[in-house]
Amino acid sequence: MASGIKDKVAILGMGCSKFGERWESDPEDLMVEAFDECIADAGIDMKDIQAAWLATAIEEIHVGKGGIPLAFALRLPYIPVTRVENFCASGSEALRGAVYAVASGACDIALALGVEKLKDTGYGGLPQRSRGALNSMWWANYSAPGSFAQLASAYRAKHGVDAAELKRAMAHISVKSHANGSKNPKAHLQNKITEAQVLNAPMIAEPLGIFDCCGVSDGAACAIVTTPEIAKSLGKKDLITVKAIQLSVSNGIEAGHNTWDGSHFMTARIASKRAYEEAGIRDPRKEIGLAEVHDCFSITELVTMEDLYLSPEGGAVKDVLNGFYDADGGLPCQIDGGLKCFGHPIGSSGLRMMYELYLQMQGRAGDRQVENPKIGLTHNLGGAPHQNVCSVAIIGQQGA
Amino acid sequence: MIGLTGFGGYIPRLRLSRKSIADTNGWIQPGLKGLGKGERSICNWDEDSVTMAVEAARDCLHDRDNAEIRAIYLGSTTLPFLDRQNSGIVAAALNMDESLSTVDITSSQKAGTTALSTALDSADSSDGKEILVLASDARHTRAAAQQEMIFGDGAAAFTVGSKGVIAESLARHSFATDFVDHYRGENRSYDYNWEERWIRDEGYLKIMPQAIDKALAKAGIDAASVDTLIAPSTLKRVPEKIAQMTGINADALADALDGRVGATGCAHPLVMLSHVLESAKPGQIIVVASFGQGCDVLIFKVTNAIADRQPQTGISGYIARRQEETNYNKYMAFNDLVEQEKGMRAELDNQTAMTQLYRRRDMLLGLVGGECDVCGTRQFPRSRVCVNPNCNATNTQKPCNFSDTPAKIMTWSADHLTYCPDPPLHYGMIQFEGGGRFLANFTDADVGHVGTGQDVKMMFRVKDFDNQRGFRRYFWKAAPIRTSEESKNG
Repeated sequence: MASGIKDKVAILGMGCSKFGERWESDPEDLMVEAFDECIADAGIDMKDIQAAWLATAIEEIHVGKGGIPLAFALRLPYIPVTRVENFCASGSEALRGAVYAVASGACDIALALGVEKLKDTGYGGLPQRSRGALNSMWWANYSAPGSFAQLASAYRAKHGVDAAELKRAMAHISVKSHANGSKNPKAHLQNKITEAQVLNAPMIAEPLGIFDCCGVSDGAACAIVTTPEIAKSLGKKDLITVKAIQLSVSNGIEAGHNTWDGSHFMTARIASKRAYEEAGIRDPRKEIGLAEVHDCFSITELVTMEDLYLSPEGGAVKDVLNGFYDADGGLPCQIDGGLKCFGHPIGSSGLRMMYELYLQMQGRAGDRQVENPKIGLTHNLGGAPHQNVCSVAIIGQQGA
Repeated sequence: MIGLTGFGGYIPRLRLSRKSIADTNGWIQPGLKGLGKGERSICNWDEDSVTMAVEAARDCLHDRDNAEIRAIYLGSTTLPFLDRQNSGIVAAALNMDESLSTVDITSSQKAGTTALSTALDSADSSDGKEILVLASDARHTRAAAQQEMIFGDGAAAFTVGSKGVIAESLARHSFATDFVDHYRGENRSYDYNWEERWIRDEGYLKIMPQAIDKALAKAGIDAASVDTLIAPSTLKRVPEKIAQMTGINADALADALDGRVGATGCAHPLVMLSHVLESAKPGQIIVVASFGQGCDVLIFKVTNAIADRQPQTGISGYIARRQEETNYNKYMAFNDLVEQEKGMRAELDNQTAMTQLYRRRDMLLGLVGGECDVCGTRQFPRSRVCVNPNCNATNTQKPCNFSDTPAKIMTWSADHLTYCPDPPLHYGMIQFEGGGRFLANFTDADVGHVGTGQDVKMMFRVKDFDNQRGFRRYFWKAAPIRTSEESKNG
């Protein structure tokens, strides 16, 4: 296997805008807001950035195509800017581009920025997207909640879980994320909720109610990365380095071959195994101190815990209900509120997850700070359970 | 011997209770209350004359080889395309070899019988191949029109040929006159109707008995020996009067299905014929007569072969496959009788790329996927590289049709977010017996009666309407099969 990128790249700075219904803000405002925090944190000049990656998923609304929107917003000095789109994992893809560029030696300092302006559609929920000439003629008409809801029926069939018990575990996930989000001033949703509220909420796509679905938000997040040597030369101490970034993309087995059972993500299992190998992690349940996973829907978070080998197969319901992933549990998950409450401006989410881990490892997470996390994992998923892209990234303190 | 060699039919599953129409519209049309008995069949939002014709054809051809068919004649007055051959869509959905003739016959309530009569006229072919005759109608009416009560939606299918004849054609007679009881002009959605008493006295009762007399004379059949008379009319007591005037026994009148289905337009004489044939006995004489700017009369004699040739479900089976609808507002919405708030998600542009549709017509209209020559894996869609991770062979897939393959629901959800004229939109991963799967929209699904492991039947339906351009695209959907136990409970 290739030697991988473990500890070859350090995070020099990060920034994240307030997420939410940013009625007053253009995408330009969101990009500049995240970038201002990031460049100040990095302690460098904008002109030191040698290459940039821009993540936006839905160019039909907001910024349009290409790398130009980022170059314009920041007035980048005619450097390479690449727009990446890989569904909801776009933000992680931007970071992967920047990290690989630095690790390869192609440049010293690179920027990854994700932005999404979703609240210009005129309706709730995710915007409808073009699917391609052929796909639109035969793919089922479906929504994100409807496609992820499919997991619940398959998970129940596979593990013999009672519908009410599964719904209760899903409710626990949302209640936990709202409790975490209430401590995060940048989160879209900062209200606490109760299990009863979740269980009695209007149905969106059976069995997902409104509180089983994440926030649809505007926002931007970004990272500046460099080599550990350069970071140190710039006076940085206690470096946070990248341990692994892996991506797995469905090739059609789930959608077209009868071997997949519909209850889990093939991609997440493959990407997480590769990431653990790249990072040298043998027992993720013990070694991972914090996880930010792609909780677009409560059921996604539940099955993901098994796909990341954090819960044993069939054991996520029990772990969730026992509070293992709560803020005071064995492996705090979505400590910043997650997609559920921090919100989900698509292209930003992967970088937002990384931003929280970065703050936590530096002890800068305020009221929601967990005790001395050394290794953290982000899981950023795009598409639908039957065809998706999944990024798993691991960062941690240098030497950890 | 030339005649019918097979038969089938289709009635949509939804049945609108006539009481619901009368309850809503009785305030403005008190006369409707007298008609408010029983129920009528209505198309689901994704059904039309083409989709019904496809289902009727499948019902007829279920145990047949498509290679036996050399032509499709489709009779209808409610075809979705004015200029794109509708029978061509049907042929593609049925995966017919493209070396065939397709004909749309329309513009009269006798379009169905004309399609059948024309097929019989040209049935004798040197290659022994047959003609598939389809009649399908879903007539549109204004809200509170009397016809809204009387009409129903449905389709019938027959094969016509000279081998394995189940009902021999003894005689045919056609009469044409420009008697305009109703008409529908260019760019008009609804019929314009003249006075019923005139239609009855000058129309039905003068035109039909004479035509039937002439057909009987051609066949050399005595009226008294007719076992079944199919002479439907939307006017009361007209069939009885025709029987009386022609000397046919009153008890020979076939069930007009008016309490359960309604008058299915130009398909109705053939829907009734298909229904009659389900229980016909060898030797029986059947007279079929239609009315519409004249009259077609066809006389058949049932043969011994009838016992060997039955439809898969049949009109009776489809009448039994029933879901009552008492919400008249839903019927209005399905038929654009009311301007309804659909939400911004309904604004999605559904333009169809004709180039793409043509390249993949077998897949999109015929549900043809692939079967790998190397590993035998069945898959949808057919692809250049086999989906089996242990194979991945390139250019090895032969066509494999999934439309008649049994399938089961693997995962599902009922979605309230995605735009659907009849929410919630049900969909899920369906898995075919023998391999192959895809995420499919469901149709004819009932809230609370969809589950993992449930059997589904693939049905040809409208996938999306492109109202901006007047186009509609078709694809296959999975219809969950409710157990008989559940059906009994309603």
